[in-house]
Amino acid sequence: MSRPSSQSFVSRCLNSRSFVVGGLMTGFLLSCAIISLFWTPGEVYDITIADRFFAPSASHWFGTDQFGRDIVSLLMTGTQNSITVGVVAVSIGLFTGVTLGLTASAQRGWVEELIMRLSDFSFAFPAILSAIMITAILGPGGVNSIIAIGIYNVPVFARLTRGTANAIWTREYVMAARAAGKGKFRITLEHVLPNIRSIIIVQITIQFAIAILAEAALSYLGLGTQPPNPSWGRMLNEAQSLMFFQPMQAIYPGVAIALAVFGLNLLGDGLRDVLDPRLSRKR
Amino acid sequence: MSVFFAKRFLTFLATLVGASIVIFIVMEILPGDPALVILGVDATDEAVLALTKELGLDRPALERYFSWISGMMQGDLGISYAYRVPVWELVEGALKITIPLAILAMTLSVILALVIGLYAAANHNKIGDVSLMGFSQLGISVPNFWLAILLILFFAVNLRWLPAGGFPGWEEGIWACFKALILPALALATVQGAMLARITRSSVLEVFREDYVRTARAKGLSQRRTLWGHVLRNSMIPVLTAMGFQFANLLAGTVVIENVFHIPGLGSTVLKAINNRDTIVVENVVLLLAGMVVLTNFVVDLLYAVIDPRLKAHDI
Repeated sequence: MSRPSSQSFVSRCLNSRSFVVGGLMTGFLLSCAIISLFWTPGEVYDITIADRFFAPSASHWFGTDQFGRDIVSLLMTGTQNSITVGVVAVSIGLFTGVTLGLTASAQRGWVEELIMRLSDFSFAFPAILSAIMITAILGPGGVNSIIAIGIYNVPVFARLTRGTANAIWTREYVMAARAAGKGKFRITLEHVLPNIRSIIIVQITIQFAIAILAEAALSYLGLGTQPPNPSWGRMLNEAQSLMFFQPMQAIYPGVAIALAVFGLNLLGDGLRDVLDPRLSRKR
Repeated sequence: MSVFFAKRFLTFLATLVGASIVIFIVMEILPGDPALVILGVDATDEAVLALTKELGLDRPALERYFSWISGMMQGDLGISYAYRVPVWELVEGALKITIPLAILAMTLSVILALVIGLYAAANHNKIGDVSLMGFSQLGISVPNFWLAILLILFFAVNLRWLPAGGFPGWEEGIWACFKALILPALALATVQGAMLARITRSSVLEVFREDYVRTARAKGLSQRRTLWGHVLRNSMIPVLTAMGFQFANLLAGTVVIENVFHIPGLGSTVLKAINNRDTIVVENVVLLLAGMVVLTNFVVDLLYAVIDPRLKAHDI
Protein backbone atom coordinates (compact mmCIF):
# COMPACT_ATOMS: atom_id res chain seq x y z
CA MET A 1 0.00 0.00 0.00
CA SER A 2 1.60 3.24 -1.07
CA ARG A 3 1.46 6.06 1.37
CA PRO A 4 -0.84 8.81 0.12
CA SER A 5 0.70 12.28 -0.06
CA SER A 6 -0.43 14.73 2.60
CA GLN A 7 -2.02 17.01 0.02
CA SER A 8 -4.38 14.36 -1.31
CA PHE A 9 -5.05 13.08 2.19
CA VAL A 10 -6.35 16.46 3.38
CA SER A 11 -8.44 16.97 0.28
CA ARG A 12 -9.90 13.48 0.59
CA CYS A 13 -10.81 14.27 4.20
CA LEU A 14 -12.55 17.47 3.16
CA ASN A 15 -14.36 15.68 0.33
CA SER A 16 -15.96 13.18 2.68
CA ARG A 17 -19.13 14.72 4.08
CA SER A 18 -19.29 12.09 6.85
CA PHE A 19 -15.75 12.90 7.91
CA VAL A 20 -16.36 16.66 8.02
CA VAL A 21 -19.70 16.52 9.87
CA GLY A 22 -18.58 13.71 12.20
CA GLY A 23 -15.29 15.45 12.85
CA LEU A 24 -17.01 18.74 13.67
CA MET A 25 -19.44 17.00 16.06
CA THR A 26 -16.65 15.08 17.78
CA GLY A 27 -14.58 18.27 17.94
CA PHE A 28 -17.51 20.06 19.57
CA LEU A 29 -17.78 17.25 22.12
CA LEU A 30 -14.06 17.47 22.91
CA SER A 31 -14.13 21.24 23.26
CA CYS A 32 -17.13 21.03 25.63
CA ALA A 33 -15.14 18.64 27.80
CA ILE A 34 -12.02 20.83 27.75
CA ILE A 35 -13.90 24.08 28.41
CA SER A 36 -15.81 22.48 31.29
CA LEU A 37 -12.50 21.70 32.97
CA PHE A 38 -11.96 25.45 33.46
CA TRP A 39 -15.35 27.06 33.16
CA THR A 40 -19.03 26.18 33.25
CA PRO A 41 -21.89 28.69 33.13
CA GLY A 42 -23.22 27.54 36.50
CA GLU A 43 -22.23 25.48 39.53
CA VAL A 44 -22.13 21.69 39.13
CA TYR A 45 -21.40 20.49 42.65
CA ASP A 46 -23.28 23.14 44.72
CA ILE A 47 -26.81 22.24 45.70
CA THR A 48 -29.16 25.20 46.10
CA ILE A 49 -32.65 23.82 46.55
CA ALA A 50 -34.17 27.32 46.32
CA ASP A 51 -32.98 27.50 42.69
CA ARG A 52 -34.57 24.25 41.59
CA PHE A 53 -36.68 23.78 38.46
CA PHE A 54 -35.90 27.20 36.98
CA ALA A 55 -37.32 27.55 33.50
CA PRO A 56 -34.81 28.13 30.69
CA SER A 57 -33.53 31.72 30.74
CA ALA A 58 -30.53 33.77 29.68
CA SER A 59 -28.55 32.68 32.75
CA HIS A 60 -29.74 29.05 32.66
CA TRP A 61 -30.21 28.08 29.00
CA PHE A 62 -31.85 24.75 29.77
CA GLY A 63 -33.06 25.66 33.27
CA THR A 64 -32.04 23.97 36.52
CA ASP A 65 -32.60 20.48 37.93
CA GLN A 66 -34.20 19.33 41.20
CA PHE A 67 -31.08 20.33 43.16
CA GLY A 68 -30.88 23.78 41.59
CA ARG A 69 -27.89 22.88 39.40
CA ASP A 70 -27.54 24.44 35.96
CA ILE A 71 -28.39 21.78 33.35
CA VAL A 72 -26.03 23.13 30.65
CA SER A 73 -23.14 22.93 33.12
CA LEU A 74 -24.10 19.37 34.08
CA LEU A 75 -24.23 18.36 30.42
CA MET A 76 -20.84 19.96 29.73
CA THR A 77 -19.19 18.27 32.70
CA GLY A 78 -20.86 15.00 31.75
CA THR A 79 -18.90 15.16 28.49
CA GLN A 80 -15.65 14.78 30.45
CA ASN A 81 -17.02 11.63 32.01
CA SER A 82 -18.08 10.05 28.71
CA ILE A 83 -14.80 10.90 27.00
CA THR A 84 -12.71 9.57 29.89
CA VAL A 85 -14.64 6.29 29.88
CA GLY A 86 -14.35 6.04 26.11
CA VAL A 87 -10.61 6.75 26.02
CA VAL A 88 -9.66 4.44 28.87
CA ALA A 89 -12.00 1.57 27.98
CA VAL A 90 -11.03 1.64 24.30
CA SER A 91 -7.31 1.85 25.20
CA ILE A 92 -7.60 -1.25 27.41
CA GLY A 93 -9.30 -3.15 24.60
CA LEU A 94 -7.04 -1.71 21.90
CA PHE A 95 -3.66 -2.50 23.45
CA THR A 96 -4.57 -5.90 24.86
CA GLY A 97 -6.71 -6.93 21.90
CA VAL A 98 -4.30 -5.83 19.16
CA THR A 99 -1.37 -7.49 20.96
CA LEU A 100 -3.31 -10.75 21.29
CA GLY A 101 -4.51 -10.57 17.70
CA LEU A 102 -1.02 -9.90 16.32
CA THR A 103 0.43 -12.71 18.45
CA ALA A 104 -2.24 -15.14 17.27
CA SER A 105 -1.60 -14.21 13.68
CA ALA A 106 2.20 -14.41 13.94
CA GLN A 107 2.38 -17.65 15.94
CA ARG A 108 -0.57 -19.55 14.43
CA GLY A 109 -1.05 -23.10 15.74
CA TRP A 110 -2.28 -23.67 19.27
CA VAL A 111 -1.56 -20.07 20.36
CA GLU A 112 -3.98 -18.77 17.76
CA GLU A 113 -6.50 -21.47 18.62
CA LEU A 114 -6.32 -20.65 22.33
CA ILE A 115 -6.65 -16.90 21.88
CA MET A 116 -9.56 -17.25 19.46
CA ARG A 117 -11.45 -19.79 21.61
CA LEU A 118 -11.04 -17.48 24.63
CA SER A 119 -12.46 -14.60 22.66
CA ASP A 120 -15.34 -16.89 21.64
CA PHE A 121 -16.30 -17.28 25.30
CA SER A 122 -16.25 -13.61 25.90
CA PHE A 123 -18.81 -13.09 23.14
CA ALA A 124 -21.31 -14.68 25.49
CA PHE A 125 -20.82 -11.63 27.71
CA PRO A 126 -21.97 -8.33 26.23
CA ALA A 127 -20.56 -5.18 27.92
CA ILE A 128 -23.49 -4.81 30.30
CA LEU A 129 -23.34 -8.44 31.41
CA SER A 130 -19.62 -8.38 32.19
CA ALA A 131 -20.11 -5.05 33.92
CA ILE A 132 -22.82 -6.61 36.06
CA MET A 133 -20.49 -9.38 37.14
CA ILE A 134 -17.66 -6.98 37.87
CA THR A 135 -19.82 -4.55 39.83
CA ALA A 136 -21.33 -7.47 41.77
CA ILE A 137 -17.82 -8.17 43.02
CA LEU A 138 -16.06 -4.82 43.19
CA GLY A 139 -19.14 -2.71 43.85
CA PRO A 140 -20.62 -0.02 41.61
CA GLY A 141 -18.39 2.84 40.48
CA GLY A 142 -16.96 4.72 37.55
CA VAL A 143 -13.61 2.90 37.49
CA ASN A 144 -15.22 -0.53 37.66
CA SER A 145 -17.53 0.26 34.78
CA ILE A 146 -14.52 1.40 32.72
CA ILE A 147 -12.75 -1.90 33.44
CA ALA A 148 -15.85 -3.86 32.46
CA ILE A 149 -16.28 -2.03 29.17
CA GLY A 150 -12.54 -2.31 28.53
CA ILE A 151 -12.58 -6.08 28.99
CA TYR A 152 -15.52 -6.30 26.59
CA ASN A 153 -13.43 -4.46 23.99
CA VAL A 154 -10.50 -6.90 24.14
CA PRO A 155 -11.94 -9.73 22.02
CA VAL A 156 -13.43 -7.25 19.54
CA PHE A 157 -9.97 -5.89 18.71
CA ALA A 158 -8.32 -9.30 19.00
CA ARG A 159 -10.61 -10.85 16.38
CA LEU A 160 -10.41 -7.91 14.00
CA THR A 161 -6.62 -7.73 14.27
CA ARG A 162 -6.10 -11.46 13.77
CA GLY A 163 -8.46 -11.58 10.79
CA THR A 164 -6.87 -8.68 8.93
CA ALA A 165 -3.32 -9.59 9.98
CA ASN A 166 -3.72 -13.15 8.66
CA ALA A 167 -4.46 -11.71 5.23
CA ILE A 168 -1.30 -9.57 5.36
CA TRP A 169 0.87 -12.55 6.30
CA THR A 170 0.07 -14.18 2.94
CA ARG A 171 1.26 -11.17 0.92
CA GLU A 172 4.38 -11.23 -1.23
CA TYR A 173 6.16 -8.45 0.65
CA VAL A 174 5.88 -10.43 3.88
CA MET A 175 7.31 -13.47 2.13
CA ALA A 176 10.13 -11.28 0.82
CA ALA A 177 10.80 -10.03 4.35
CA ARG A 178 10.89 -13.60 5.64
CA ALA A 179 13.26 -14.58 2.87
CA ALA A 180 15.45 -11.65 3.86
CA GLY A 181 15.69 -13.22 7.29
CA LYS A 182 13.44 -10.92 9.32
CA GLY A 183 11.89 -12.48 12.43
CA LYS A 184 8.17 -12.68 13.19
CA PHE A 185 8.36 -9.85 15.66
CA ARG A 186 10.03 -7.47 13.21
CA ILE A 187 7.68 -8.41 10.39
CA THR A 188 4.71 -7.79 12.68
CA LEU A 189 5.98 -4.34 13.62
CA GLU A 190 7.31 -3.27 10.22
CA HIS A 191 4.85 -4.82 7.80
CA VAL A 192 1.71 -6.16 9.45
CA LEU A 193 0.84 -3.39 11.89
CA PRO A 194 1.22 -0.47 9.42
CA ASN A 195 -1.02 -2.25 6.93
CA ILE A 196 -3.89 -2.99 9.29
CA ARG A 197 -3.71 0.42 10.95
CA SER A 198 -6.56 2.04 9.05
CA ILE A 199 -9.02 -0.73 9.83
CA ILE A 200 -8.15 -0.51 13.51
CA ILE A 201 -8.52 3.28 13.54
CA VAL A 202 -12.03 2.95 12.11
CA GLN A 203 -12.89 0.34 14.74
CA ILE A 204 -11.65 2.67 17.49
CA THR A 205 -14.33 5.24 16.64
CA ILE A 206 -17.01 2.53 16.62
CA GLN A 207 -15.91 1.07 19.96
CA PHE A 208 -15.67 4.59 21.41
CA ALA A 209 -19.32 5.14 20.52
CA ILE A 210 -20.29 1.77 22.02
CA ALA A 211 -18.34 2.62 25.19
CA ILE A 212 -20.25 5.89 25.59
CA LEU A 213 -23.55 4.05 25.19
CA ALA A 214 -22.54 1.31 27.64
CA GLU A 215 -21.32 3.79 30.24
CA ALA A 216 -24.55 5.75 29.98
CA ALA A 217 -26.57 2.56 30.46
CA LEU A 218 -24.49 1.49 33.47
CA SER A 219 -24.75 4.92 35.08
CA TYR A 220 -28.48 4.89 34.39
CA LEU A 221 -28.71 1.60 36.32
CA GLY A 222 -26.66 3.13 39.15
CA LEU A 223 -23.70 0.82 38.47
CA GLY A 224 -21.44 3.38 36.81
CA THR A 225 -20.45 6.92 37.74
CA GLN A 226 -21.61 7.76 41.25
CA PRO A 227 -23.04 11.07 42.48
CA PRO A 228 -22.15 13.90 42.80
CA ASN A 229 -20.12 13.41 39.59
CA PRO A 230 -22.35 14.36 36.68
CA SER A 231 -22.96 11.75 34.01
CA TRP A 232 -25.51 11.69 31.22
CA GLY A 233 -26.81 8.28 32.23
CA ARG A 234 -27.42 9.33 35.84
CA MET A 235 -29.12 12.54 34.70
CA LEU A 236 -31.57 10.40 32.72
CA ASN A 237 -32.18 8.19 35.72
CA GLU A 238 -32.94 11.19 37.94
CA ALA A 239 -35.08 12.79 35.23
CA GLN A 240 -37.26 9.72 34.85
CA SER A 241 -38.90 10.15 38.24
CA LEU A 242 -39.66 13.79 37.36
CA MET A 243 -40.95 12.91 33.92
CA PHE A 244 -44.54 13.89 34.60
CA PHE A 245 -43.87 17.54 35.42
CA GLN A 246 -40.34 18.17 34.06
CA PRO A 247 -40.32 16.18 30.80
CA MET A 248 -37.59 18.29 29.17
CA GLN A 249 -35.05 17.13 31.74
CA ALA A 250 -35.38 13.65 30.26
CA ILE A 251 -34.69 15.03 26.79
CA TYR A 252 -31.39 16.96 27.07
CA PRO A 253 -29.03 14.20 28.33
CA GLY A 254 -30.42 11.74 25.77
CA VAL A 255 -29.83 14.22 22.95
CA ALA A 256 -26.28 14.72 24.24
CA ILE A 257 -25.58 10.96 24.18
CA ALA A 258 -27.19 10.50 20.77
CA LEU A 259 -25.24 13.42 19.25
CA ALA A 260 -21.94 12.16 20.67
CA VAL A 261 -22.52 8.66 19.35
CA PHE A 262 -23.86 9.92 16.03
CA GLY A 263 -20.80 12.14 15.56
CA LEU A 264 -18.40 9.29 16.31
CA ASN A 265 -20.22 6.89 13.98
CA LEU A 266 -20.13 9.46 11.18
CA LEU A 267 -16.45 10.08 11.83
CA GLY A 268 -15.86 6.33 11.61
CA ASP A 269 -17.69 6.15 8.27
CA GLY A 270 -15.72 9.14 7.00
CA LEU A 271 -12.40 7.70 8.15
CA ARG A 272 -13.22 4.48 6.35
CA ASP A 273 -13.74 6.42 3.13
CA VAL A 274 -10.56 8.43 3.62
CA LEU A 275 -8.17 5.76 4.91
CA ASP A 276 -9.30 2.79 2.90
CA PRO A 277 -11.13 3.70 -0.29
CA ARG A 278 -11.30 0.02 -1.30
CA LEU A 279 -13.53 -0.76 1.66
CA SER A 280 -15.95 2.06 1.07
CA ARG A 281 -16.39 1.22 -2.60
CA LYS A 282 -17.66 -2.22 -1.68
CA ARG A 283 -20.42 -0.84 0.50
CA MET B 1 -25.28 -33.54 8.29
CA SER B 2 -24.61 -35.61 11.42
CA VAL B 3 -20.88 -34.79 11.50
CA PHE B 4 -21.67 -31.13 10.99
CA PHE B 5 -24.28 -31.21 13.74
CA ALA B 6 -22.05 -33.14 16.16
CA LYS B 7 -19.16 -30.73 15.60
CA ARG B 8 -21.35 -27.71 16.20
CA PHE B 9 -22.99 -29.28 19.22
CA LEU B 10 -19.60 -30.00 20.80
CA THR B 11 -18.51 -26.40 20.22
CA PHE B 12 -21.79 -25.26 21.79
CA LEU B 13 -21.20 -27.43 24.90
CA ALA B 14 -17.55 -26.35 25.18
CA THR B 15 -18.52 -22.68 24.99
CA LEU B 16 -21.19 -23.22 27.63
CA VAL B 17 -18.73 -24.94 29.98
CA GLY B 18 -16.14 -22.24 29.28
CA ALA B 19 -18.65 -19.50 30.08
CA SER B 20 -19.65 -21.21 33.33
CA ILE B 21 -15.99 -21.51 34.37
CA VAL B 22 -15.37 -17.83 33.59
CA ILE B 23 -18.42 -16.81 35.63
CA PHE B 24 -17.47 -19.08 38.53
CA ILE B 25 -13.87 -17.82 38.66
CA VAL B 26 -14.93 -14.18 38.46
CA MET B 27 -17.57 -14.58 41.15
CA GLU B 28 -15.33 -16.70 43.38
CA ILE B 29 -12.70 -14.03 43.89
CA LEU B 30 -15.41 -11.98 45.57
CA PRO B 31 -13.75 -10.18 48.46
CA GLY B 32 -16.92 -9.84 50.54
CA ASP B 33 -18.18 -12.67 52.78
CA PRO B 34 -21.80 -13.46 51.81
CA ALA B 35 -22.57 -14.78 55.28
CA LEU B 36 -21.42 -11.50 56.81
CA VAL B 37 -23.50 -9.56 54.29
CA ILE B 38 -26.66 -11.52 55.15
CA LEU B 39 -26.22 -11.32 58.91
CA GLY B 40 -24.94 -7.74 59.02
CA VAL B 41 -21.79 -6.35 60.64
CA ASP B 42 -23.11 -6.89 64.19
CA ALA B 43 -23.24 -10.68 63.80
CA THR B 44 -21.11 -12.85 66.09
CA ASP B 45 -18.23 -14.84 64.61
CA GLU B 46 -19.96 -18.12 65.48
CA ALA B 47 -23.12 -17.15 63.63
CA VAL B 48 -21.12 -16.14 60.54
CA LEU B 49 -19.18 -19.39 60.68
CA ALA B 50 -22.34 -21.45 61.06
CA LEU B 51 -23.99 -19.75 58.10
CA THR B 52 -20.83 -20.11 56.00
CA LYS B 53 -21.04 -23.84 56.67
CA GLU B 54 -24.78 -23.92 55.98
CA LEU B 55 -24.30 -22.18 52.61
CA GLY B 56 -21.49 -24.57 51.81
CA LEU B 57 -18.97 -21.75 51.33
CA ASP B 58 -16.30 -23.56 53.36
CA ARG B 59 -15.90 -26.30 50.75
CA PRO B 60 -13.09 -26.25 48.16
CA ALA B 61 -13.78 -24.21 45.02
CA LEU B 62 -13.64 -27.15 42.65
CA GLU B 63 -16.19 -29.07 44.68
CA ARG B 64 -18.48 -26.06 44.77
CA TYR B 65 -18.19 -25.62 40.99
CA PHE B 66 -19.22 -29.21 40.33
CA SER B 67 -22.07 -29.14 42.81
CA TRP B 68 -23.28 -25.89 41.17
CA ILE B 69 -23.24 -27.46 37.72
CA SER B 70 -24.73 -30.80 38.76
CA GLY B 71 -27.40 -28.99 40.78
CA MET B 72 -28.19 -26.84 37.78
CA MET B 73 -28.76 -29.90 35.62
CA GLN B 74 -31.37 -31.04 38.13
CA GLY B 75 -32.98 -27.60 38.24
CA ASP B 76 -31.45 -26.77 41.61
CA LEU B 77 -29.68 -23.40 41.50
CA GLY B 78 -29.01 -23.13 45.22
CA ILE B 79 -30.50 -20.88 47.90
CA SER B 80 -30.59 -17.10 47.58
CA TYR B 81 -28.36 -15.53 50.27
CA ALA B 82 -30.60 -12.53 50.69
CA TYR B 83 -34.09 -14.02 50.55
CA ARG B 84 -33.33 -17.55 51.78
CA VAL B 85 -35.53 -19.08 49.08
CA PRO B 86 -34.43 -21.32 46.20
CA VAL B 87 -32.86 -19.22 43.43
CA TRP B 88 -35.01 -21.05 40.91
CA GLU B 89 -38.15 -19.53 42.50
CA LEU B 90 -36.73 -16.03 41.92
CA VAL B 91 -35.61 -16.83 38.40
CA GLU B 92 -38.57 -18.85 37.12
CA GLY B 93 -41.08 -16.01 37.11
CA ALA B 94 -38.47 -13.61 35.68
CA LEU B 95 -37.69 -15.96 32.78
CA LYS B 96 -41.37 -16.08 31.86
CA ILE B 97 -41.20 -12.33 31.27
CA THR B 98 -37.70 -11.87 29.84
CA ILE B 99 -37.92 -14.62 27.22
CA PRO B 100 -41.23 -13.43 25.70
CA LEU B 101 -39.91 -9.85 25.81
CA ALA B 102 -36.70 -10.83 24.00
CA ILE B 103 -38.59 -12.86 21.40
CA LEU B 104 -41.10 -10.05 20.80
CA ALA B 105 -38.27 -7.52 20.46
CA MET B 106 -36.26 -9.75 18.14
CA THR B 107 -39.30 -10.40 15.93
CA LEU B 108 -40.04 -6.68 15.71
CA SER B 109 -36.43 -5.85 14.89
CA VAL B 110 -36.21 -8.51 12.17
CA ILE B 111 -39.43 -7.29 10.54
CA LEU B 112 -38.19 -3.71 10.75
CA ALA B 113 -34.76 -4.63 9.36
CA LEU B 114 -36.03 -6.72 6.45
CA VAL B 115 -38.67 -4.18 5.39
CA ILE B 116 -36.31 -1.20 5.58
CA GLY B 117 -33.23 -3.04 4.31
CA LEU B 118 -34.97 -4.59 1.29
CA TYR B 119 -36.78 -1.38 0.41
CA ALA B 120 -33.55 0.63 0.63
CA ALA B 121 -31.62 -1.90 -1.46
CA ALA B 122 -34.34 -2.08 -4.11
CA ASN B 123 -34.30 1.73 -4.33
CA HIS B 124 -30.52 2.04 -4.13
CA ASN B 125 -29.31 5.68 -4.01
CA LYS B 126 -32.82 7.05 -4.52
CA ILE B 127 -34.39 9.44 -2.04
CA GLY B 128 -36.09 6.62 -0.08
CA ASP B 129 -32.81 4.76 0.40
CA VAL B 130 -30.82 7.82 1.40
CA SER B 131 -33.36 9.07 3.91
CA LEU B 132 -33.98 5.63 5.43
CA MET B 133 -30.24 5.10 5.87
CA GLY B 134 -29.98 8.55 7.44
CA PHE B 135 -32.69 7.57 9.90
CA SER B 136 -31.04 4.24 10.63
CA GLN B 137 -27.76 6.01 11.36
CA LEU B 138 -29.68 8.10 13.90
CA GLY B 139 -31.40 4.98 15.23
CA ILE B 140 -28.05 3.35 15.94
CA SER B 141 -26.91 6.40 17.89
CA VAL B 142 -29.89 6.57 20.25
CA PRO B 143 -29.42 4.78 23.58
CA ASN B 144 -32.25 2.26 23.90
CA PHE B 145 -33.10 3.25 27.47
CA TRP B 146 -33.51 6.86 26.41
CA LEU B 147 -35.77 5.80 23.56
CA ALA B 148 -37.71 3.85 26.19
CA ILE B 149 -38.13 7.00 28.27
CA LEU B 150 -39.26 8.92 25.17
CA LEU B 151 -41.80 6.19 24.35
CA ILE B 152 -43.15 6.39 27.90
CA LEU B 153 -43.37 10.19 27.61
CA PHE B 154 -45.28 9.94 24.34
CA PHE B 155 -47.50 6.85 24.62
CA ALA B 156 -48.05 6.69 28.38
CA VAL B 157 -47.79 10.25 29.70
CA ASN B 158 -49.15 12.24 26.74
CA LEU B 159 -51.48 9.87 24.88
CA ARG B 160 -52.25 7.56 27.82
CA TRP B 161 -52.63 4.62 25.45
CA LEU B 162 -50.27 2.23 27.20
CA PRO B 163 -49.04 1.68 30.75
CA ALA B 164 -45.87 3.59 31.77
CA GLY B 165 -44.40 0.48 33.36
CA GLY B 166 -44.98 -2.59 35.49
CA PHE B 167 -46.19 -6.01 34.51
CA PRO B 168 -49.67 -7.33 35.33
CA GLY B 169 -48.75 -11.04 35.44
CA TRP B 170 -49.74 -13.71 32.94
CA GLU B 171 -52.94 -14.55 34.85
CA GLU B 172 -54.30 -11.17 33.77
CA GLY B 173 -54.48 -12.36 30.18
CA ILE B 174 -52.28 -12.15 27.12
CA TRP B 175 -53.58 -8.77 25.95
CA ALA B 176 -52.79 -6.98 29.21
CA CYS B 177 -49.29 -8.49 29.20
CA PHE B 178 -48.78 -7.63 25.54
CA LYS B 179 -49.69 -4.01 26.32
CA ALA B 180 -47.08 -3.98 29.08
CA LEU B 181 -44.38 -5.51 26.88
CA ILE B 182 -44.91 -3.68 23.59
CA LEU B 183 -43.17 -0.40 24.55
CA PRO B 184 -40.11 -2.15 26.03
CA ALA B 185 -39.93 -4.41 22.98
CA LEU B 186 -40.22 -1.41 20.66
CA ALA B 187 -37.41 0.40 22.50
CA LEU B 188 -35.17 -2.64 22.11
CA ALA B 189 -36.19 -3.40 18.54
CA THR B 190 -35.71 0.08 17.06
CA VAL B 191 -32.01 0.30 17.83
CA GLN B 192 -31.24 -3.31 16.92
CA GLY B 193 -33.48 -3.12 13.85
CA ALA B 194 -31.67 -0.01 12.58
CA MET B 195 -28.36 -1.82 12.77
CA LEU B 196 -29.74 -4.95 11.13
CA ALA B 197 -31.40 -2.91 8.36
CA ARG B 198 -28.03 -1.49 7.32
CA ILE B 199 -26.50 -4.95 7.18
CA THR B 200 -29.48 -6.30 5.22
CA ARG B 201 -29.22 -3.47 2.72
CA SER B 202 -25.50 -3.86 2.03
CA SER B 203 -25.76 -7.64 1.87
CA VAL B 204 -28.64 -7.50 -0.64
CA LEU B 205 -26.75 -4.93 -2.73
CA GLU B 206 -23.72 -7.20 -2.74
CA VAL B 207 -25.74 -10.14 -4.07
CA PHE B 208 -27.43 -7.92 -6.68
CA ARG B 209 -23.99 -7.59 -8.28
CA GLU B 210 -23.52 -11.36 -8.69
CA ASP B 211 -23.42 -12.92 -12.14
CA TYR B 212 -26.38 -15.21 -11.55
CA VAL B 213 -28.53 -12.21 -10.70
CA ARG B 214 -27.50 -10.54 -13.95
CA THR B 215 -28.36 -13.76 -15.75
CA ALA B 216 -31.75 -13.88 -14.08
CA ARG B 217 -32.46 -10.30 -15.13
CA ALA B 218 -31.14 -11.01 -18.62
CA LYS B 219 -33.52 -13.89 -19.11
CA GLY B 220 -36.36 -11.46 -18.40
CA LEU B 221 -37.16 -11.92 -14.71
CA SER B 222 -38.61 -8.80 -13.10
CA GLN B 223 -36.70 -7.00 -10.35
CA ARG B 224 -39.24 -8.24 -7.83
CA ARG B 225 -39.01 -11.89 -8.85
CA THR B 226 -35.21 -11.76 -8.92
CA LEU B 227 -35.26 -10.32 -5.42
CA TRP B 228 -37.52 -13.05 -4.01
CA GLY B 229 -36.21 -15.93 -6.11
CA HIS B 230 -32.45 -15.36 -6.11
CA VAL B 231 -31.26 -12.48 -4.00
CA LEU B 232 -33.06 -12.86 -0.69
CA ARG B 233 -31.88 -16.33 0.26
CA ASN B 234 -28.31 -15.70 -0.82
CA SER B 235 -28.02 -12.45 1.06
CA MET B 236 -29.26 -13.84 4.35
CA ILE B 237 -25.98 -15.35 5.65
CA PRO B 238 -24.41 -12.09 6.90
CA VAL B 239 -27.81 -10.96 8.16
CA LEU B 240 -28.20 -14.17 10.14
CA THR B 241 -24.69 -13.84 11.61
CA ALA B 242 -25.50 -10.31 12.68
CA MET B 243 -28.77 -11.51 14.21
CA GLY B 244 -26.84 -13.94 16.41
CA PHE B 245 -24.67 -11.13 17.78
CA GLN B 246 -27.64 -8.79 17.98
CA PHE B 247 -29.47 -11.23 20.17
CA ALA B 248 -26.66 -11.00 22.71
CA ASN B 249 -26.97 -7.22 22.72
CA LEU B 250 -30.71 -7.46 22.87
CA LEU B 251 -30.62 -9.69 25.95
CA ALA B 252 -28.16 -7.34 27.61
CA GLY B 253 -30.47 -4.52 26.60
CA THR B 254 -33.40 -6.16 28.37
CA VAL B 255 -31.46 -5.81 31.64
CA VAL B 256 -31.55 -2.04 31.21
CA ILE B 257 -34.97 -1.74 29.61
CA GLU B 258 -36.68 -3.88 32.26
CA ASN B 259 -35.41 -1.43 34.83
CA VAL B 260 -36.76 1.55 32.86
CA PHE B 261 -40.24 -0.01 32.81
CA HIS B 262 -39.99 -1.67 36.26
CA ILE B 263 -40.71 -5.06 34.72
CA PRO B 264 -39.81 -7.94 37.08
CA GLY B 265 -37.72 -9.91 34.56
CA LEU B 266 -34.18 -11.26 34.76
CA GLY B 267 -32.71 -7.76 34.45
CA SER B 268 -34.53 -6.43 37.49
CA THR B 269 -33.73 -9.64 39.38
CA VAL B 270 -30.01 -9.35 38.71
CA LEU B 271 -29.87 -5.65 39.59
CA LYS B 272 -31.67 -6.28 42.89
CA ALA B 273 -29.27 -9.16 43.56
CA ILE B 274 -26.26 -6.87 42.99
CA ASN B 275 -27.60 -4.36 45.46
CA ASN B 276 -28.21 -7.18 47.98
CA ARG B 277 -24.78 -8.70 47.27
CA ASP B 278 -26.70 -11.87 46.51
CA THR B 279 -23.89 -13.28 44.38
CA ILE B 280 -25.43 -16.72 43.91
CA VAL B 281 -28.38 -15.11 42.12
CA VAL B 282 -26.06 -12.92 40.00
CA GLU B 283 -23.99 -15.97 39.10
CA ASN B 284 -27.00 -17.97 37.96
CA VAL B 285 -28.73 -15.17 36.09
CA VAL B 286 -25.53 -14.23 34.24
CA LEU B 287 -25.05 -17.89 33.27
CA LEU B 288 -28.66 -18.09 32.10
CA LEU B 289 -28.25 -14.98 29.96
CA ALA B 290 -24.88 -16.12 28.60
CA GLY B 291 -26.37 -19.57 27.96
CA MET B 292 -29.18 -18.02 25.91
CA VAL B 293 -26.62 -16.10 23.84
CA VAL B 294 -24.58 -19.24 23.20
CA LEU B 295 -27.70 -21.25 22.36
CA THR B 296 -28.82 -18.60 19.86
CA ASN B 297 -25.47 -18.66 18.11
CA PHE B 298 -25.67 -22.45 17.97
CA VAL B 299 -29.08 -22.25 16.32
CA VAL B 300 -27.75 -19.61 13.92
CA ASP B 301 -24.89 -21.95 13.00
CA LEU B 302 -27.38 -24.71 12.21
CA LEU B 303 -29.51 -22.32 10.18
CA TYR B 304 -26.49 -21.50 7.99
CA ALA B 305 -26.57 -25.08 6.77
CA VAL B 306 -30.26 -24.83 6.00
CA ILE B 307 -29.83 -21.60 4.03
CA ASP B 308 -26.61 -22.54 2.27
CA PRO B 309 -25.96 -26.31 2.05
CA ARG B 310 -22.51 -25.64 0.56
CA LEU B 311 -21.24 -24.51 3.96
CA LYS B 312 -21.44 -28.01 5.41
CA ALA B 313 -19.03 -29.45 2.89
CA HIS B 314 -16.44 -26.84 3.83
CA ASP B 315 -16.92 -27.39 7.47
CA ILE B 316 -16.40 -31.14 7.68
